[in-house]
This record gives sequence, C-alpha cells and structure tokens, in this order.
Amino acid sequence: MKPAAFDYYAPSTTEEALAYLDQFGYDAKPLAGGQSLIPTMNFRLAQPSVLVDLNPIVDLSYIRPHEDGGLLLGAMTRASQVERDPLVAERAPLVHETMPSIAHPQIRNRSTMGGTMAHADPAAELPAVAIALNAQFRIRGQAGDRWVSVDEFFLGMFMTVIEPSELLVEVRLPPMPPRSGWCFREIARRHGDYALVGVAAMVTLDGGNQCDQARLVFLSVEDRPVPARRAAEMLQGQTPTAEAIQAAAETAATEDIDPGSDIHASASYRRQLAKVLARQALTQAFARARGVA
Amino acid sequence: MTKKYLGQRITRNEDPRMLTGQALFVDDVEIPGMLHAAFLRSDYAHARILSIDVSAACNRPGVVAVYTAEDMGDFWKPGPLLVPAPRGIEGAFFHARTQIPMARDKVRHVGEPMAVVIGESRYLAEDALADIVVDLEPLEAVADLERALDPDAPLVHDDMESNLGSFVPQRKGDYEAAREQADLVIQRRIVIDRGAAAAMENRVLVAHWDAKSQEMTIWDTTQAPIPLRNGLAGMLGLAEHQVRVIAPFIGGAFGPKIMMFQPEEVLLPWATMKLNRPIKWIEDRRENFVATTQERGQIHDAESALTKDGHILGVKDVFLHDSGAYDPYGLTVPLNSQNHVMGCYDIPSYYSELKMVFTNKMIVTPVRGAGRPQGIFVIERLLDIAAKELDIDRAELRRRNNLQPDAFPHNHKIIDQAFAEFVIDSGNYPATLARALDMIEYEKFIKEEQPALRAEGRHVGIGVVAFIETTGVGPYEGARVTIEASGKVSVATGVGTQGQGHFTAFAQIVADQLGVDVRDVHVVTGDTAHFHWGTGTFASRGAVVAANAINAAAKGVRVKVLKLASKVLGAPEEELELADGMVRVADIPDQSIGLGELAVLANPMRGAVEPGSEPGLEATDYFGPQYGATANGTHAMILEVDVETMMVEIKRYVVVEDCGTIINPLILEGQVHGGVSLGIGNSYYEQLVYDDNGQLLNGSFMDYLIPRSTDMPPRIEIGHEVTPSPLNPLGTKGAGEAGAIPVPSLFAQAVEDALYDYDLEVLEMPLSPNRLFELCYQKGS
Repeated sequence: MKPAAFDYYAPSTTEEALAYLDQFGYDAKPLAGGQSLIPTMNFRLAQPSVLVDLNPIVDLSYIRPHEDGGLLLGAMTRASQVERDPLVAERAPLVHETMPSIAHPQIRNRSTMGGTMAHADPAAELPAVAIALNAQFRIRGQAGDRWVSVDEFFLGMFMTVIEPSELLVEVRLPPMPPRSGWCFREIARRHGDYALVGVAAMVTLDGGNQCDQARLVFLSVEDRPVPARRAAEMLQGQTPTAEAIQAAAETAATEDIDPGSDIHASASYRRQLAKVLARQALTQAFARARGVA
Repeated sequence: MTKKYLGQRITRNEDPRMLTGQALFVDDVEIPGMLHAAFLRSDYAHARILSIDVSAACNRPGVVAVYTAEDMGDFWKPGPLLVPAPRGIEGAFFHARTQIPMARDKVRHVGEPMAVVIGESRYLAEDALADIVVDLEPLEAVADLERALDPDAPLVHDDMESNLGSFVPQRKGDYEAAREQADLVIQRRIVIDRGAAAAMENRVLVAHWDAKSQEMTIWDTTQAPIPLRNGLAGMLGLAEHQVRVIAPFIGGAFGPKIMMFQPEEVLLPWATMKLNRPIKWIEDRRENFVATTQERGQIHDAESALTKDGHILGVKDVFLHDSGAYDPYGLTVPLNSQNHVMGCYDIPSYYSELKMVFTNKMIVTPVRGAGRPQGIFVIERLLDIAAKELDIDRAELRRRNNLQPDAFPHNHKIIDQAFAEFVIDSGNYPATLARALDMIEYEKFIKEEQPALRAEGRHVGIGVVAFIETTGVGPYEGARVTIEASGKVSVATGVGTQGQGHFTAFAQIVADQLGVDVRDVHVVTGDTAHFHWGTGTFASRGAVVAANAINAAAKGVRVKVLKLASKVLGAPEEELELADGMVRVADIPDQSIGLGELAVLANPMRGAVEPGSEPGLEATDYFGPQYGATANGTHAMILEVDVETMMVEIKRYVVVEDCGTIINPLILEGQVHGGVSLGIGNSYYEQLVYDDNGQLLNGSFMDYLIPRSTDMPPRIEIGHEVTPSPLNPLGTKGAGEAGAIPVPSLFAQAVEDALYDYDLEVLEMPLSPNRLFELCYQKGS
C-alpha cells in the first residue's frame, strides 16, 4: 500500500497553484486534506503523476460572515474549524449539526470544506447539506472566477463541474430565512462510518405555519446527493402534520430516490432507512421552525 | 510458596515500556543495507499459470532480485502438516494438501503469492510488481461450500477425486435409538460465515543472514518461535543453533500467527542467504485480508432429540467445514466444533459427521475460538428452539441438562483435538449459570421489566448462554529461572507473547515462589536464544502449560536457595522463609541473607562446584499436562432492537467465567473484554463477503467492520467462579478464547427474544441490520 511515484509541488498562493494545474492538466491532482486522495493513491487506484499541495495556501482558510447574513467558507477551511466555529453554529446550524457525523475527529482535523465538495463522494455528508442550503461555489481558473450553483455542481460519482485547470476556492452559504428549521440524520453501522443512508432537511414556514419551502436531500442512495423533489412539493403549502410528514417521507423513499444494493444494505433496506430518516428529520426541522425544539 | 501476588489485580510490568513507545516490534528492526520485499499475489481465486515474465521488473532500478517458484529449485516444497489427523476413528479419512511458498502450476486462492520482488525500498518493490507479466488461464472457482461437493464441481486439488478433504464420523451411544424414544425432535440448518482475525499488527518479518558469523536471525510476528526455528533450520540446511527466531512484542495474533510456515516466512530466510543482505517484509492491511488465514465458515445440519420435560436424549450434527485452499492445520478447528456441540451438558448419545471441504478461498486455521463458537452455537440454538417448543424457560432447560459438579471427570467419549477421549476435568456449571442469572437479574427482567417495555412498544430482549472451552493442551512448555547477583530474577520461556500480560502473570508466580518483588522479575519470552524448548502460544495454554513450567522451575530455584541458605545461616531449611528478596530464619529477622548475595555465593570466584551440584541459583523445568483443562462460563446480555432500522444496541453484558485459579484478575478481565468484542464482531459486524468467483468483496477496514470501543456495551460486568483444575499444580485453566465463544449464540437468543413478535428464528451468523431487515420483513410473513 505505497503510492506510485509522483512529483510534488507546494505553492503558497492560489495563482501559483493554478499555474501548476494549467501546466500539468489531467496529470495533476490538487491535494487538500488528503483524507480520500491519499488512501486512494496508497491502494494505487489513483496514480496522479503530479500533486499540487494546497495546504500552504493560508489565504484559502477562513470562515467569514457575508453581508447578506450568510457565510463564506474558504476551500481549505478544516472540518474541525467549521465544527467549532460559533458563527457557523449561528448562521448555518444545519452545517453545525452535521459536522460530528463526518468520520472521526482525526479525519475532521485534516479534511477540508473544499476537498469534500470537490471530491463529490455520494456518501459524503456536506455535499447533501450544501444542496439543502442552496450553496454557491466559487471556482477559480487562470482567467478568473465563476460562480456555480449547487444544483449544477455535482455531476456524478466523484465528478463535478470543476475543470482540471480550476480550483474550488470558496463555498457561499446563503442566509437562512426566518422561521426556518433544520435537521441532519444518518444511520451508519458504526459511528464515523460512511452512512448507509443520510438526510439533510431544511424547511421554512410561512406566517400561517404552513410549509413555505422544504428541502430534503439524501446521501448514500445514488451516485450523487439526491434532493427529494416530489416530497418537497407535497409539503409545500401544507400544514406539516405528522400525517403529511409521513406521506412525504414515504414518497421520498419510494419515488424520489433509486438506491442501489451493496454488501452493507440492500436497495429495499435503504428505502426503509430513507423513510424513517426523512420522517425523523422533517419532524425535527418543522419543530425547530416553529421554535418548539 | 506465599500468595502475595497470585490472584492479585496488579498493573502490568510491561505497560511502562508499551505506553512510552519503548517496546520493540518487528517493524522497529532496522539494519544497515536492509532490503524490502513485496509480493505479487494472485487476483484470481483459481487459475492455471501459463507463464510469468519478470524480466522488466528485474531491470527496474532499485530492484535487487525477483523470484518465482521456478527460481526456488528443490527448496520449493509444500509446508508440513502441522497437526496430523487423529488415528483410530473408524471410517475417518484425511487428505493433507498443505500450502506452498509460491504458486507454480496454478493458483488456488486470491492472494496466493506468485512472485516476490526484493528491492531497495518497499516503494520500488511495489512499483516493480506492476512490471511483472503473468499469463493466467482463469478456472471456475470453488467458492460455495455446498456446491464444492457437487459431482461436477471443479477441483481445488487436481489429484483428488473430489473437494472432500476429510471425513470424520464420531458416535457416542445410539442416537437413532434415542430419537425413537424422543417426544420432540428438532432439526435445523445452521450457517456460520467467515471472519478475519484482524490483529492490529499485521504479519511482519525481518530475515538477516550474516555470512561471517554464519548465523540467521529472524524477527517474526509468530506465535511459535521455537518450532519455526527448528523447521527453518531443517529447510535451510543449518544447525538449529545457527538460527535465532525472535518474536518480540506483537500487536495481537488471535491464531493466524501460529500458522507455519507462511510463504513469506519461507521465502525471506531463503532469499537473505542468496543475497547476503537483510530483508524486511511488512504485510499491509490489504494483503492481510487475502494472505493471512481466517476462520469460521461451516454449515451444520443439526438435530436434537428430547423428552417432553426437556432432557436431551441425543444430538446429531452433520456439518461441512470450509478449509479454504489447503489444510496445514489438520482438523483442529472442525474437531473443536465437533467436540463442543456436547458443551456443558449431559448428552447420552451423539452422532456427528465432520466433512472438511477444500474451496478456492484463504486457508482456514484457528482464530480465537477455533471452531468452538460454531459447536456452541449449534447446541445453544437447538436448546433455545426446544425451550420454545416445550414451553420451558431457557435457563431452566439448561439447568436440567447441565453436567453436575459431581460428574467430573466427565468423559464425553469422543476424540478431541488432542487425539484422546474428550474428558472434562472439573467445573461447577450450575453455579456459573446461577450466578450469571443473578447478576443480570434474569427473573426480574422477564417477569417485570420486559413486559413493561413491550407494553411501551419497545423490543428489548435477554439472552443467557453457557459454554465450555477446552484449554491448555500439551505437549509441554519449559522455563528457566535464575536469581542474579543483583537479587533480581530472570525468567526465560519459549512461548511468544502478543499482549497476554505474560511479563506480569509469569512474574507473579515466580515472585511468590521466591519472595521477591514482582517488579524485580524480568521475563523473556519468544526468543530462541534465551530458551529453545517449547511449542508456542495458542489454544489458551500460556497460563496453564507455560505458567506451570515456570512455577516448577521457580520451585527448583527455591529448593536451591533453601539448601544453600540453610548452610550459610546455619539453620534448618524448614525454619527458613523467603520474603522481601531475602532468606531469613523465621522469627529472627537479623539472621538473613539477600538473594543476590546468595546467588554470588552459589557462583563463587574460588572453590570448586561440588560433584552433583550446579553453579548459581538457577533451574530449568517443564510441564506437560496429562490432558487439557476445560474452562467454562455463562454469558448474559440485554439488548434492544429498533424495529424501524433494525439497529441493535447492547444494554447490559454479564460474564461469569470459571478458568480455575486466577493469576491476575485485571489481565483476565482484559482477556474477557477482548474476547467479547470479537464475539460481538462475529455476531453483528464482522463478515468476510466472498462472491461466486472467490473474490473478497470487503478487504479493507472501511468495509470489514470491527466493533470499536464505541460499539461495545457500556460496561462488561464480570463475575468469577473458581474451580481449580486438578490437572496442574497451579489449578489454572485457559482464558484466552473464552470471551469470544458464546457470544454469537447469546446474541442470536437475545435478538430473537427482542423481536418476539416477528416470528424470527436466527440460524445464521453473523447478522447485520440489513440481514435482520430481510429476515423480519422480507420473508413474506
């Protein structure tokens, strides 16, 4: 379990990093926290001939308030920083709640915000959370920056819209509307494992305590995080009673997702878990939106 | 002998070294000029080797040598049969097909070595593996244990008529007659899948041939340094004293490290002599999953015949045992299964057929438990089903069938792994059971708590399961005990150590015999330069066989101490006592001499050693038990199942253990904790999943799930019964494997009890939430 030989560059600025990526193209891989890339290289499943190490780029590590009430997170911000940051807890409580479910503390000390998004593992938590929060991604190339909405960002298993010559540099989380509620739930065989199924929920109530908007996003069910669109539509304009939530959860589990089977969980078991988790997460999110949880 | 230390919960002598990183592990060995080996392993479970071209690999810079089976010449030969088949069982047969150092004509399991690259670094060696061109003709794999016996199944070993490697029928009494008389006959098929030993430290080896001193030193994570040395010396044409095997601190073994002679263990010593440079090989985790032996893997067709009041009249069990591609360890595992089906019960008739089957999977050799969990699972499941059918309380049914305290020695009248009749030396099974029931508050739980929980809609179940463990088998171990001029004591024994606390438990025995501080007893294990008689650490035998040898040697030193001190102090031996590192005349404290001073007197600079005497205060002695001491215990647990997700949470866990005399309860309880955690793994987490082509689908710790500390019950409550074994002077019985043995059967019972309204019968191991979901929701009920 030793990686194949590679050249290693450690630029100290984003510009320098982009120059290397431009030079080496598909042969190069940017190295962020390395929690997925390094094991993959050690198994020799990935054999990039060039590694561009982003860790020396201190400018990419920050958590800043946005003037609109949202948050800006630098791509090299460590998961453990996000986990402990009071501003994240205040402005993006769904992210705050999710962090302890991500692997183990040692991994969170290395793992980065940008790395987990760019890696696009369908079992990762934060991509699903990003969809629930309607996040935006700032992608930088030598020609300049472009913003991509989360709905366009993930293309499939380990695939995003980032070009080989580009870097994800920032994640923007919009502000949470008033009367919103959130919840993250997942079921893993052991704490810290990739979830068999997970779900992130964001809901907003209108003045009449009816559901104005719901976003329910599953992880570990398909080749990318999957928003439960039919379930969300069912809830819109409805009073979120236990019955309405149960019906939405069942629709989410049966119609919105098409999970596969593997050695840990069959498709039908995943649907069962999805149904249970959706019900639990929506119930909790609506309770928080009403201010009773 | 005083009893200052024996039975005391003292902290471990070895821990300061372990905890401060001062303990030597094999990977710590660094020698100038050392090379590194990497193995090319088969990706196919079954394939014919047409050609292997290593020329490109040889030409890669940094590569020193590349070897295939062809390069080995006459040195290439199958390994020895480590445990021969038992003789004298009518109708039994056994075909030995032992492992080979590198595949020559065909590969028989994924992971079998085909070539080895030796290079200046492991990185370079692994790079060169990609340069080797192998032309393989894939063959249909024998992956399924049952289909392996189909008449048209492909053959793992082409020279055999079928994949049936062994057949052992054993009978006690007349089962068919018992069945005729029975009020109830229960028949079930039970399937137990494979798991890994998954020691924290993988196998590691450094082989160093020093041509100038003509000596071979091998650091190896082996459980059996002495047999390894003797065998390697023979293979390499060296005198035994030219080969030194050191098994230093080892990060867990759990059975597979007793396996000899592993391909890497044969190849590295051979190659270091050819190259005259030291070579290191570290098994990485990916290799460990395909290149280190595994266990479990049986299918039982079992039945029991009972009277309506729940007395067992007989048991019948016909089972398939998956041996993997080879069978170097003989029948140890399946014989243990066959033996343990009768467990701690009085079973008048028993008929069993053991069928050992070759498959294109990794070789099976003992893993902690070594066949016993399967046997216990069979009998305990049959009892649970009978309890339901007869409407008799589970605990009561076990009470009715337990061997009674006056039944010992009890002869189960079948042949065991030591090739003698299986005789249980001692025990108090009803007391063990009663104590466990008491600790878990069985009556209160089933009468009060459980009905209340069920009324709330919760699914909380209880289990209670009794078991035995044959331990402490021969042939023998030995030890040398020496009092040094410093007054401190050195102990050398041949067994290796892999975390069992030998440096403390053995020291406690010696400290009591010689009246010294336990911290002043320095124990050396597993180095053939220090002691070269013995077999190894396996079969829960260290505290029985090695400890009694150490006790005997310490007694021998004590005799010498008393004899010399009597002369020096001018007092009769019976008036002398050994304490605080001194020999003193009882009641006259100033009439004394320190042990160090005495040791100097025993090894004088002037004056002759008298005829018939030896210099120094030193003795060597051995212990070989007549037959193995059988430990027993009862485990009980309470668990809850979330029926929406089928996730299981263990709420309480109780162990009552009787392993005879306890040397150190702290160490014993650690062993129990470790065993229970493996048992929980075998029940709910750990399953090696092979596909139809014999490919392992979960060969990493991401997908092969080992319970972590956070997955363990919050506390394991342990009670001890002590029924000393009459078979050895210390009265000890082994405890190394016990913790793991009853857990699957216990887990099955408790899960069934929790899911009382799901009509669930657990006839397989391991379970998982996914499997429970299938069993409960998808069987059409």
